Amino acid sequence: MSTDLKEPIGAEVPRDRAKRLLAGRGRFVDDISLPRMVHMAFLRSPYPHARIRGIDTSAAADMPGVVRVVTAADLADVVSTWRPLHNRFPTMAAPEQGVLATDTARFQGEAVAAVLAATRAQAEDACEAIVIDWQALAQVGDVATALTPGAPRIHEEMSSNLAFEAEVVAGDAEAALANADHVVERTFRFHRHTGVSLETRGILAEYDPTERRLTVYQSHQTPHQQQDLYARLLGLPEHKVRVICPDVGGAFGVKHHLYPDELAACAAAVLLGRPVKFIADRVESFMTDVHCRDHEVHARMGFAADGQIVGLAIEDRFNAGAYGQHPRSSVAEGNQITRLTGAPYRLENYAAKLKMAFLNRGILGHIRAVGHPIAAAVSEALIELGAKELGRDALDLRRQNYLRDSDFPLTSAGGVAFERLSFTQCLDKALSLADVGAFRQEQAALRAKGIHRGIGFNTFVELTAIGPEYYGEGGQHISAQETCLLRMEASGQVRIHIGTTDQGQGIDTGIQQVVAGVLGIPLDDIEVISGDSALSPMGGGSWGSRGAALGGEVAMRAARTLRLNLLSMAGFLLQKSADDLDLVDGIVVDRQHGTAHMSTADLAKIGHFRPYTLPSDLPSDLTVTARYASRDRMFIAGNGIQVAIVEVDTGTGLVRPLRHLVVHDCGRVLNPLLVREQIRGGVVQGLGSALYEEFRYAENGALLNASFADYLVPMAAEMPDIEVAHVTTPTETSELGAKGAGEAGLAGAVGAILNAVNDAISPTGAFLTEVPLTPPRILEAINRVAQIE
Amino acid sequence: MKAPDFRYLKPKTLPECLSLLAEHGDLAQVLAGGQSLMPLLNLRLAAPAVLIDINGLSELSGIREADGSITIGALERHEEIAQSAIVRQRLPLLADAAPHIAHIAIRARGTIGGSVALADPAAEWPACCLALGAEIELASTRGRRRVAAADYFQGLYTTARQADELVAAIHFPPAAPNAVHAFREISRRRGDFAIAGLALAALRTGETLHNVRLAFFGVSDRPILASNAMAALEGRPLGASMIEAACKALGAELSPPEDPAYPAAYKRQVATTLLARILGDLQAELLDA
Ligand SMILES: Cc1cc2nc3c(=O)[nH]c(=O)nc-3n(C[C@H](O)[C@H](O)[C@H](O)COP(=O)(O)OP(=O)(O)OC[C@H]3O[C@@H](n4cnc5c(N)ncnc54)[C@H](O)[C@@H]3O)c2cc1C
Repeated sequence: MSTDLKEPIGAEVPRDRAKRLLAGRGRFVDDISLPRMVHMAFLRSPYPHARIRGIDTSAAADMPGVVRVVTAADLADVVSTWRPLHNRFPTMAAPEQGVLATDTARFQGEAVAAVLAATRAQAEDACEAIVIDWQALAQVGDVATALTPGAPRIHEEMSSNLAFEAEVVAGDAEAALANADHVVERTFRFHRHTGVSLETRGILAEYDPTERRLTVYQSHQTPHQQQDLYARLLGLPEHKVRVICPDVGGAFGVKHHLYPDELAACAAAVLLGRPVKFIADRVESFMTDVHCRDHEVHARMGFAADGQIVGLAIEDRFNAGAYGQHPRSSVAEGNQITRLTGAPYRLENYAAKLKMAFLNRGILGHIRAVGHPIAAAVSEALIELGAKELGRDALDLRRQNYLRDSDFPLTSAGGVAFERLSFTQCLDKALSLADVGAFRQEQAALRAKGIHRGIGFNTFVELTAIGPEYYGEGGQHISAQETCLLRMEASGQVRIHIGTTDQGQGIDTGIQQVVAGVLGIPLDDIEVISGDSALSPMGGGSWGSRGAALGGEVAMRAARTLRLNLLSMAGFLLQKSADDLDLVDGIVVDRQHGTAHMSTADLAKIGHFRPYTLPSDLPSDLTVTARYASRDRMFIAGNGIQVAIVEVDTGTGLVRPLRHLVVHDCGRVLNPLLVREQIRGGVVQGLGSALYEEFRYAENGALLNASFADYLVPMAAEMPDIEVAHVTTPTETSELGAKGAGEAGLAGAVGAILNAVNDAISPTGAFLTEVPLTPPRILEAINRVAQIE
Repeated sequence: MKAPDFRYLKPKTLPECLSLLAEHGDLAQVLAGGQSLMPLLNLRLAAPAVLIDINGLSELSGIREADGSITIGALERHEEIAQSAIVRQRLPLLADAAPHIAHIAIRARGTIGGSVALADPAAEWPACCLALGAEIELASTRGRRRVAAADYFQGLYTTARQADELVAAIHFPPAAPNAVHAFREISRRRGDFAIAGLALAALRTGETLHNVRLAFFGVSDRPILASNAMAALEGRPLGASMIEAACKALGAELSPPEDPAYPAAYKRQVATTLLARILGDLQAELLDA
């Protein structure tokens, strides 16, 4: 491993941004106001499926403060429609979508018309005055119905509601299952939820017709992606489109898509030549932010008598919602499930089938840990069932089947390249931190008193830092390459311009640490400038745990170049070999004796103001760039295990998480503080999916809980202390060796809780397979077995 | 979401407030702590033409004991009630119930009058009023009247209050020396409205309970007394078989409305669990004392 990766790389450095945000000095989109700005509010379909026979905007147009009322027809000349195609999935249906519905609304919350007014309240008042002649249509809310022949079609351009179908095969799973000594089989249901960021989506778009210049302030993860989309969809020159992401209050994947309402705000800004602000309120967020999960997975796992897993077959049925999500498409969640189920285990015979339908529901997108929680929960619940069937200890059974050091590198049965994963090491570490024997004794003693506690283990694989082939081959303009520009000022202080973005996870600090460590200058002398498509070099933003692995690597490369330039300048000035010099704390020192010679400030002054004192062929650029894209790998895979201890109240069905442990391997840890908080935040979201978060719909398809009163998110009081420990297996695909860490918490928590709850209630004979584990579901499962007995 | 437009009026005296209410009636809403009303306005579920802010009316504050009853002014905040020495000593059921209401920030603003006026079926104060046999005092330009809690709460967000009436105060009979009480609820997260809850008040002689009142909330369209379960407990020493009989009676008499998140069967089961647990604890307490 490289020797120049010194402190503060690996140090627990708190984030600068946190200080500013805590002081109330954050600047979010809604904090920005521009002269002549108007507010935009949308009239959204109250129906999940309806024909729009007519729209009368005349009364709304006369309301106080109203500047303009727009429908699809008014924006048609300004903005194009799109189809979320993905060339890696050429058979995937990608029906056309536009900023506002034209003749049909296909999900509740789909924007149909919009008002631009002096205030948001006036815009909402006027929305209520728009008269729409609706004709409600039969709505389709579940995949089984959607795929039944003769079901109402959601898109007339399609012959059915089937959006995509795929299969992943290794060996012969059916034959293996037929010959297995034991087969466990279950159908799992994971309900629909979303990402819930504290700051809702928001945009402020400003258009100057004299220069055809569009400047957009947006709460978003991927400014360059948006710049490209806005330029193409609005027909503007890309170099005159600038997307600035100021402070972003959480994103979790909710904010790396194109949203019709946000594009409509840009289109309205172009139409009016005035700044337009749209801030989603919480109800709109719940209805129109991308949703996730909503999968039904039927799974069978076969074992030989000695415990060896001989085959695994799964079928995943899910849906895209009403349209494909643009520009990433909606396939990935199902795709990841078919790729990752059973992944920690030696598996020769594997078959995974996937069907994706369209439904009259909100659009499904990529939210944190795409597919991972489901793949892990299904696999690890089957292992528990298998252990019961075999009369084996489930941890022992895992150990027997885990991929071992000698198996790596390998391409998994699901088709993912694994460089080196550390399942056994993670389990060993977990067992050194959680005394299972002691827990089992306590569990038995408490059961005698009617207290039901359970422990759950969940092994997971985490796919991070996707390579350029996925979207490159797919035909989307989504960069998986990062470029870093380092600029040393005359003071010797440094600005880092980079394409990764920071939504609160603190990646800016991680990158700052890399540059400080490699360059040898103090952390406080470095600032990261990110989130501005005009100022930051073209890059991918932050999603899919790419920041440390890609941003960190490219920053390291740029810092090395700048360091070389500084040392070559110093070498010339001191008449010494650059190899004999080092940079420590911003001072050029003698590598051997540590004698201080000059500061980076001295060098920077010479470089900027007296360049004539240096030979013209001497490498002395003080603004340098580096570029990094991975090659020949789709993901960097990490792994880990989570252990949950819960108490289930069998009189009420309430679950109380008592302890939660995560052992995680993300390779080199740039900043343990940041990684721990990533994991903890992910675990909390995972506890949300496991216990609370779920959209509920009425018979007629109406969303019942689009507010925080009824859509429950995990809150601090209910959360257990979350312990995090590391195993370190650096990736050799990069020099820095960092893997991503953003998915792990969520990836593993759902299955850990599921297994813990099932362990707790095991004396009742019930076994749940439906998530979230709500109190009524738990009591109902217990009652059902009680009735049978 | 932004609230629809409204006129905001802040009367300085109670008579002024009552005439405003008489004038605007149905078109007006009283603004107390705002902890329920503001979200309703912002969600555009309420669209009053006029808001009458009562926060300037000192006549509506205070907790006093007089003439054998304890009067809590409508504007008393949840947290003030929780902290009140009189309440702790003389109405301990309220002190036990208060921490279950929402979160501290909401308790610091929300008022008992607002809670009683709104009559959320899962709210704590209405159930306590019912358990303790409180009277709600209503004031209007037509005069003042007192309505027993059992008659006041009439249905989902529906009460005996007329549009021109203000909830002025709540009158509670103080706890007798041999009074026992208990409060328990279940909710998914701390501070949430209860899925089901129970406020119990009774008198004791040894291990025998009299005047048992079991006020359940969250299981009907209003707080309700479980009369069959109460009858099963009345005048008999509290023991395992009594508890079982009461739970059985409760299961038979409750008919919670279907709720998409919490099916009726589930609510009935957890209400029974609550009763069994509260009585189990009470039995231990009676034996102890
Ligand atoms: C997140 C959250 C959680 C909550 N959890 C709980 C909970 O667990 N349990 C619970 O009981 N409550 C809960 N609440 C509601 C809270 O207790 C409110 O404070 C209470 O319901 C209403 O009191 P208020 O003073 O805020 O009334 P407001 O919101 O001001 O008014 C509510 C209604 O009552 C009317 N009103 C108010 N005062 C009077 C009066 N004196 N005379 C006539 N009409 C009047 C108003 O016109 C309005 O219609 C919660 C609220 C929130 C925001």
